[in-house]
Amino acid sequence: MEWFEYLSFGDSGWGDELASGLGITLSLALVSLPIGLALGFAVAAASVSERPVPRIIAFFFTTTIRGLPELLTLFIIYHGVGLLISKTLKWFNPEAGFFELSPFVAGAVALGLVFGGYSGEVLRGAWQALDKGQQEAAQAIGMNRLQIFRLIEFPQMLRLALPGLGNLWINLLKDTALVSVIALSDLMRIASVAVGATKKPFLFFLTVCLIYWVICIFFEWCIAKMEKRANRGIRAS
Amino acid sequence: MFELLINYGPKLLDGAVMTLQLTFISVSIAGLLSLPLAILRRSKNILWQWPIRLYVSFFRGTPLLAQLFLVYYGSGQFRPELTELGLWWFFRDPYYCALLTFALNSTAYQLEILRGGLQAVPYGEVEAGVALGMPRRLLYQKIILPHTYRIAFPALGNEIILMLKGGAIASVITLLDVMGHTRRVFSQTFDISVYLWAALIYLVITTVFVLVWRLLERRLTRHMFYQRDIKRITPVEATSTKMEASNVN
Amino acid sequence: MNKNLCSLALSVFLAAVPLTQTVAAETTNLRIGTEGAYPPFNYFTADGKLAGFDIEVGRALCEKIEAKCTFVAQDWDGIIPGLLAGKYDVIIASMFITEKRKEKVDFTNPYQKSAMTFVVPKDSALTEFSPKALAGKTIGAQGSTTQGEYLSALYPDSDVRLYPTQDAVNLDLVSGRLDAQVGDMIPMLDWTKKSDDGSCCKLAGTPITEPKYVGDGVGMALRQEDDKLRQKLNTALAEIVADGTYKAINDKFFSVNILTLK
Repeated sequence: MEWFEYLSFGDSGWGDELASGLGITLSLALVSLPIGLALGFAVAAASVSERPVPRIIAFFFTTTIRGLPELLTLFIIYHGVGLLISKTLKWFNPEAGFFELSPFVAGAVALGLVFGGYSGEVLRGAWQALDKGQQEAAQAIGMNRLQIFRLIEFPQMLRLALPGLGNLWINLLKDTALVSVIALSDLMRIASVAVGATKKPFLFFLTVCLIYWVICIFFEWCIAKMEKRANRGIRAS
Repeated sequence: MFELLINYGPKLLDGAVMTLQLTFISVSIAGLLSLPLAILRRSKNILWQWPIRLYVSFFRGTPLLAQLFLVYYGSGQFRPELTELGLWWFFRDPYYCALLTFALNSTAYQLEILRGGLQAVPYGEVEAGVALGMPRRLLYQKIILPHTYRIAFPALGNEIILMLKGGAIASVITLLDVMGHTRRVFSQTFDISVYLWAALIYLVITTVFVLVWRLLERRLTRHMFYQRDIKRITPVEATSTKMEASNVN
Repeated sequence: MNKNLCSLALSVFLAAVPLTQTVAAETTNLRIGTEGAYPPFNYFTADGKLAGFDIEVGRALCEKIEAKCTFVAQDWDGIIPGLLAGKYDVIIASMFITEKRKEKVDFTNPYQKSAMTFVVPKDSALTEFSPKALAGKTIGAQGSTTQGEYLSALYPDSDVRLYPTQDAVNLDLVSGRLDAQVGDMIPMLDWTKKSDDGSCCKLAGTPITEPKYVGDGVGMALRQEDDKLRQKLNTALAEIVADGTYKAINDKFFSVNILTLK
């Protein structure tokens, strides 16, 4: 079983490296998630705003993010933003050092932007689906805007948005594979490196496919559980 | 910035042709494959259902990049076997490898969309057809499929856009689509603006596609808009909408 | 609504700030960029560590200039932009010194001699490598390299394919997707002679030495304003060549002296 040997943990096999790659893949997804969610809420709030300016900004943001390949967004952030910030700093202060945007940060920002663009739409849909009568009732019993959001709107929004957000989370996990192209040692990159050293492309790429598959199935199961829990107060139709 | 466009613009446009070609061919193949598979997926027969379920789950649960590497570099490992089967000419070409991967991936997604569409066809319509004595073929042709595609239409449009964007990774296996040319130009000039031009190309393509798709959708569902178009908003409704709006803040 | 916009700006800001930092270029703490996919010069071992000729030369130089060194792996396409963006201070990745690159970065004195070569499968019938003879053939090379530029410029009638790594080019030459590839002389020599998969293939044609493409040897790249570091590294390089450290590293990896190619 030479396959087993290639995938073993220890100095001669690639098992431990793949595991560390998996760690990077998961932590990248976990770091991108809050960035994306925060952005998504901001976009949703802007797109239901009364005033045109925030609405227009939100519209352009979501259209752009949803129209660009994730790979391109990643390249723009990785190659572009670091250089831009460095140049701006230099302009203010020629002695300034370099602004470093590591592949991990670039990846987290790019994936966060993508998640924000898509989740903004999901959250807006959830917000608009709320029963406005509840809001009026809350106002009638003297709740302020923040209380209404925190106690009445937010919990229901989460329930309504959960299936959409779940899908986006799965997409986010899969999109992390793209950062391998900018040399972050995630699962995909480690597999490519291992292929370079061992010349066993089928073995390693199949292995990473299976790993991603297992992760996705696991999270799909989790999301289904969460949906079930979130809907426990709702009468089954 | 514009100098770059003059020097390398034609290349980027060549890339756009390649991108459109890849997307169009792969989603078309997927479009043909997904319908019969979606119908089989709904059959009660486990022999049909489970392999298709597994296929869909695999292609939706793994990154497209990993699938592409598996097909492209993985097949290289089996060259003698593939040559024997007479398939090597196909796997030898990165273009065909990308097409195959994208088509398989898109089939999985389109299949799920169509399955949802098939499920959403009201059963009463089918029963009505049966009552009229329609044979199964006619039933599909006249009732089930038109309704399914109308329901699935927006989702299919989204899937095509996702494929168009996902296709950018074909550049990693040396294909010169928009992304491929962009990366080549960037490696020669180190000029960031080439990425912005590429972004513009993708935005134009997706925007035009969205508009065209919406027009098509409107045409497909024109019978549903007939009622709404002639309806006038009554004064009562108008004030109530206004009130709701003012309650937002 | 202002509040919402505010929170948007704030969240973007908070997301970006704590994770990034400004790093001043210092020589006492030298960050070396390399590719890690270019054996035997720089590559990852099965325990996930960088190794190879470039890495060992880098370590020897660091010892001479008394700097604490860290290696940063970076994909080849982004290796010069990464240097310019300050992700590391010097590139030691077997990079040819060419006029085009000199517009963006400065180089140390050469620490290897440079030449390129065609590589073909052993059973290949190709003997001629002029652009005319290779018209319609599929030729590969790594992208963003002098080889890649050479092919793009001189072989417009061939199907030129540029790959992200040299490993990927080798993989496709072995599997037969490519009729030929152009690679760096020394690693190609090493690959065809020493490795199992490389035994499929052989060097062919006359070595390509046109200075326009192969430049003046292989150097370490630095940002143009880091002249002090450049001089330091040049002195250190002369020292390790003089005291035999360079030769010891060289002999570990190659059978020829790659500084002179003799």
